[in-house]
Amino acid sequence: MALAPTVKPLNQAAAIVDIRNLDYAVGGRPVFAGLDLEIPRGGVTAVMGPSGTGKTTLLRLITGQVTADAGSMRVAGVDLRAVRRADLYLLRRRMGMLFQNGALLTDLSVFENVAFPLREHTDLPERLIRALVLMKLQAVGLRGAADLMPSELSGGMSRRVALARAIVMDPEILIYDEPFVGLDPISLGVILRLIRRLNDALGISSIVVSHDVKEISTVADQVILLSGGKVVAHGTPAELKINPSDVVRQFVGGLSDGPVPFHYPAPDYFGELLAAGEDH
Amino acid sequence: MVDDLRASFIDSLVRLGSVVRFLIRMLVNLPRALPRWDLIAQQIYNSGALSLVIIMLSGLFVGMVLGLQGYQLLQRFGSEDALGTAAAIGLVKELGPVVTALLFAGRAGSALASELGLMRATDQISAMEMMAVDPIVRVCVPRFLGGVIAMPLLSAIFCMIGIYGAQLVGVQMMGVDSGSFWSQMRASVGMADINEGIVKSCIFGVACSLIAVYEGYHATPTAEGVGQATTRTVVTSAVVILFLDYLLTAAFL
Repeated sequence: MALAPTVKPLNQAAAIVDIRNLDYAVGGRPVFAGLDLEIPRGGVTAVMGPSGTGKTTLLRLITGQVTADAGSMRVAGVDLRAVRRADLYLLRRRMGMLFQNGALLTDLSVFENVAFPLREHTDLPERLIRALVLMKLQAVGLRGAADLMPSELSGGMSRRVALARAIVMDPEILIYDEPFVGLDPISLGVILRLIRRLNDALGISSIVVSHDVKEISTVADQVILLSGGKVVAHGTPAELKINPSDVVRQFVGGLSDGPVPFHYPAPDYFGELLAAGEDH
Repeated sequence: MVDDLRASFIDSLVRLGSVVRFLIRMLVNLPRALPRWDLIAQQIYNSGALSLVIIMLSGLFVGMVLGLQGYQLLQRFGSEDALGTAAAIGLVKELGPVVTALLFAGRAGSALASELGLMRATDQISAMEMMAVDPIVRVCVPRFLGGVIAMPLLSAIFCMIGIYGAQLVGVQMMGVDSGSFWSQMRASVGMADINEGIVKSCIFGVACSLIAVYEGYHATPTAEGVGQATTRTVVTSAVVILFLDYLLTAAFL
């Protein structure tokens, strides 16, 4: 069934990520074919979709970790298909990314992890670095954990420290890769509130890749739903809930069968059972 | 069979090319990494100081075996006074650099590969790239240099302890004359012998560190991948050390 994406036309100049007719394949298998997508500047944008639909690949394309095979891809005005390595690194200084497991440097303390980008990219005096790091740790509620090592943190605390590290250079874009995986309800609530609060306080653009429909709907300004390597729906969480398309209803309602089938493609069930009986 | 061999040979060549390209990438980034002397010093400590116990113990036992075997052999010809020379030449030119390199690959090399592999598997390398920090400069070059600098130092310590071990068995236990042991050694072991040992250990240091950093950095980001990278580091290093040792020995003859 052909699905008409409900993508709203956005102001081109306002888009922080602008993807046009993008193709990307891994090992000959197309992940995206002719993908068109815009993420507006400011606000929290959730990128959702069934597993294996290319959400994390989209993040890797946006952050320049992989390069598209064809099409146009601009992030904060930079053409990622033509960017030099040095310019890509300059762009990344304007980005912060929260990895699924936090990705803290295990040989550095919490304080040093947050101070890491400052030490690498600036010549700020130690007193100023200390003040900045403590401010960011205070923002995520972990100033008291500054001297702990990553191995002493819970999953939720690790992600909050990683969040403090991601915002320490005051980025324009903050990217979250599955930030709620494996968190207890308290940690999940904390991360949710931080996503919203940091976005509003810092005036940045947040992109959140997540499966958690209910949770992310409470903080996202808009949702982009990917399926089969395409944008199948785009709108506010409220608009998504009343979207009539089968894919959206299956995903938002958590239905086990639908356009994304419950069964992996297989030969006829009874035929296979009977054949097995005859062989026996 | 022939096709398999050909494919295996081509794979090895491709892999060698990839290793050389990685080495060139590290050398190009050397000027950016050198000012980070604190990172390099930390890696000299990790690769060198933390390997000291195993190097010293092994050096002592290898030296003691040399003293024992050398004494048994030399006394047949009434030349046990030459034990010091035999032990020193054997250790400085051959056993010191080779055994140190093999032990280094087993302890420091495997630790380097697994550390880098785990950094890859837990997204720490990707996180650095996302923070616009080049992991080659921040992670790979300091570890490579740490190994390259530590290896000759460890080899020198191995040789010194080994000679002490040979003296312990030869002089203290077997009764070889102490004056003959030391004076013959001083008269026979020249700078050419010591240089040969230094050159070998420096080259082994480059090879072992390069293999460990390469394998760890390119490990498949899974538990199995990290394990394979660690195993490959030890096995490849051992074969390369022995192969290079033959080439270098032939070159110094």
